[in-house]
Amino acid sequence: MLFLNNIWLIPLLPAFGAATMFFFGRRLQKSSVNAVCVGVVALAFLFACGAVLQYNTWADANNHQPFQKILYTWLGTDTGHMNYVTNGGTQAAFQADAGFLLDPLSSIWLLFVTGVGMLIHIYSTGYMAHEGGYYRFFGYLNLFMFSMLTLILANNYVLMFVGWEGVGLCSYLLIGFYFQRKSASDAANKAFIVNRIGDAGFLLGMFFIAWYFGSLRYVDVNHLARSGQFQIGDPIITAATLLLFVGACGKSAQLPLYVWLPDAMEGPTPVSALIHAATMVTAGVYMVARSNALFVLAPTSMKVVAIIGALTAIFAASIGLVQNDIKRVLAYSTVSQLGYMFLALGVGAFAAGVFHVFTHAFFKALLFLGAGSVIHAMSGEQDMRNMGDLRGRIPTTYWTMFIATLAIAGIPPFAGFFSKDEILWQTWTSEGGAYRILWGVGYLTALMTAFYMFRLIYLTFFSKPRMSHEVEHHIHESPSSMTVPLVVLAVMSLFAGFLGWPHSLGGSDRFAKYLDPVFARGEAKVLVEEGKAGQLAAGEKEEERTSPVEYGLMGLSVLAAIVGWMAASRFYKEADKRYAEPINAATPAVYTTLLNKYYVDEGYDYAFTGRRKLGGVRLGVMGLGEASSWFDSHIIDGAVNAAGWITRATATLSSWWDKWIIDGIGVNGPPILARMLSYPMRLFEWGLVQWYALVMTAGLVGFVFYYVYR
Amino acid sequence: MLNISTLHYLVLGAALFLLGIIGVLTRRNVVIVLMSIELILNAVNLNLVAFSRYWQSIHGPNALHGQIFAIFVITDAAAEAAVGLGILIAFFRNKETVNVDEVNLLKW
Repeated sequence: MLFLNNIWLIPLLPAFGAATMFFFGRRLQKSSVNAVCVGVVALAFLFACGAVLQYNTWADANNHQPFQKILYTWLGTDTGHMNYVTNGGTQAAFQADAGFLLDPLSSIWLLFVTGVGMLIHIYSTGYMAHEGGYYRFFGYLNLFMFSMLTLILANNYVLMFVGWEGVGLCSYLLIGFYFQRKSASDAANKAFIVNRIGDAGFLLGMFFIAWYFGSLRYVDVNHLARSGQFQIGDPIITAATLLLFVGACGKSAQLPLYVWLPDAMEGPTPVSALIHAATMVTAGVYMVARSNALFVLAPTSMKVVAIIGALTAIFAASIGLVQNDIKRVLAYSTVSQLGYMFLALGVGAFAAGVFHVFTHAFFKALLFLGAGSVIHAMSGEQDMRNMGDLRGRIPTTYWTMFIATLAIAGIPPFAGFFSKDEILWQTWTSEGGAYRILWGVGYLTALMTAFYMFRLIYLTFFSKPRMSHEVEHHIHESPSSMTVPLVVLAVMSLFAGFLGWPHSLGGSDRFAKYLDPVFARGEAKVLVEEGKAGQLAAGEKEEERTSPVEYGLMGLSVLAAIVGWMAASRFYKEADKRYAEPINAATPAVYTTLLNKYYVDEGYDYAFTGRRKLGGVRLGVMGLGEASSWFDSHIIDGAVNAAGWITRATATLSSWWDKWIIDGIGVNGPPILARMLSYPMRLFEWGLVQWYALVMTAGLVGFVFYYVYR
Repeated sequence: MLNISTLHYLVLGAALFLLGIIGVLTRRNVVIVLMSIELILNAVNLNLVAFSRYWQSIHGPNALHGQIFAIFVITDAAAEAAVGLGILIAFFRNKETVNVDEVNLLKW
């Protein structure tokens, strides 16, 4: 139990690396930076492996419960000062533990986050070797690992939110890593601000949960949600799950909040691979999967998740068809694949969604790292129109990227085939009826995915060289620190899918079985004994799988991949400097729309940011700003000025009153009267002392005469 | 030998008093006015002493009230002269004159 009991060390190790970089990074050599930053992540990976292995043994002996390790109460007190009244009328303490939870779901995330993270750290030592701010980059990466691991291992929504915000911050810092470039800092701001919208939803959803369930711990919430005391379709739970999904939309780049992810490609390529493809953007999937007990109680939310997911998948894939920047193609591909994952979650196939996250982490990280290697070889060129015929010059990159492309396109037996096919199959079977339209959307997306991915491969590695001579001269294979992670990820892209080898092909779908305790197969049943119910659900699943339709659908999706491949091969295999885009040749209007990403950014500029005026009127945030400014300068300031004028007028009046009435009559009146009355009296006082003495004497004489001669 | 009676003293006192009054009323110089006031006071003293002798002839040699009162008046006159001259000097410093008709600051 060494690893399980000290599970808090897993996030703390990268935090130590980040702190070291923060305090001492400036003075460290690059080799020391490598040793610390890559070392802590590698240690975290080993620790995570140990913890997951120990958990599996422990879980067998403990009825497949989640393992919880609560260190202390991090938020809230036991004094009752932070108590609140829940919906049910009982008192509950608002509390959040610094607690960690390990169950199959977090195990999977833990393994691929630390594993892929470690590989990308190693890759970065080669990729960033000649860049400034080396220690800063690795410090941010370590900080990101810390936040992501906190997000994964938290045992309650609040701590998850801490990790959630932490990865958002690191994403911001790393997108804006080249902050000297205006476009990079703009992209960073965009990512951060768009994510705020989602975070607001997450927070509100969290409050709903706290109010309704009286706790924010997954264990408590799940237990209550599965206890059967709530109706399916409960409006509060629907609201809470929808709000949580808003958060997931922000973080996982779903419609309509996906706009930040393509711009996030301004960051260094390893960052795109780690944060914006493999790990952080799957946090939304993780959160929805983590809340699966709530989502199954809210069919409306599930529907919304599925529809948004499917729409995002096809929307982003169609944009990806025509993009020319190699990283942007991959970015839209990521958005599209995330849409797949949400589609799976939305139709209740949580395990399939998680499986796709797992396989996607490998092949998409590989694609990004390969793209980084290509960019490295091309002296910083990212535009595929200026590439071509790189196959023989950077063979390792070519082969690994080719494997990843086969995986994402869904060619068996590569990883993507199993996960994508599982999603499509589940979409087909889950509800039937109108849900088959979602299958159609997913199927079309698969076709587009194959096309744009092979387009990328052909434009980059095949076709005619279209770069300048100087660039061509410099093309070289990347150092082994970059190619070794590529090879490892290529191996994983090949084999990761075997974990979910479906029953229909003679496998046992170990992946889904492993996740059974978490999802209980998505059934909203009263699960007193979770283990038993899981087995029951697994039995039902087995029956579903005996349909011949599945083989047909499987064949169809392989066909889609092949068709996409062939189409791309036909149009781009011989592309020279004057190659024509087939979509542009067919319908230029569609091509322009796609190339401009459906004008969504422009639309947002009109409607939400207000950077553009709509017919002379500014809407959105800046419009609000302008209106506020107008309100301030006209209404508020007008009121202030009016108050000033009134004060001034009354002051004038008051001054006049004071001067003429108070001073004139009240104050000066009595003295004037006194002076007038005193006028005759003054005549007696003429000021000669001796006259006074004479009068005195005369008076004295008078008295004498009076008294003597009376 | 003419017998000098109380009446003689009284007449002399009245004469001195009249001289003092005339001095106070007519002279402009404050010093002389003060001196005239001394004359008035001394005329009163003379009266007091004269009546004291008369009182002694009736009540015996120990009836000296009038004489003691005269001593008080002399003391008072000395004090009054000191105060008066002090005021006079202060006034002179301000106005460079000792003429009483120029002391008219309180005149309306």
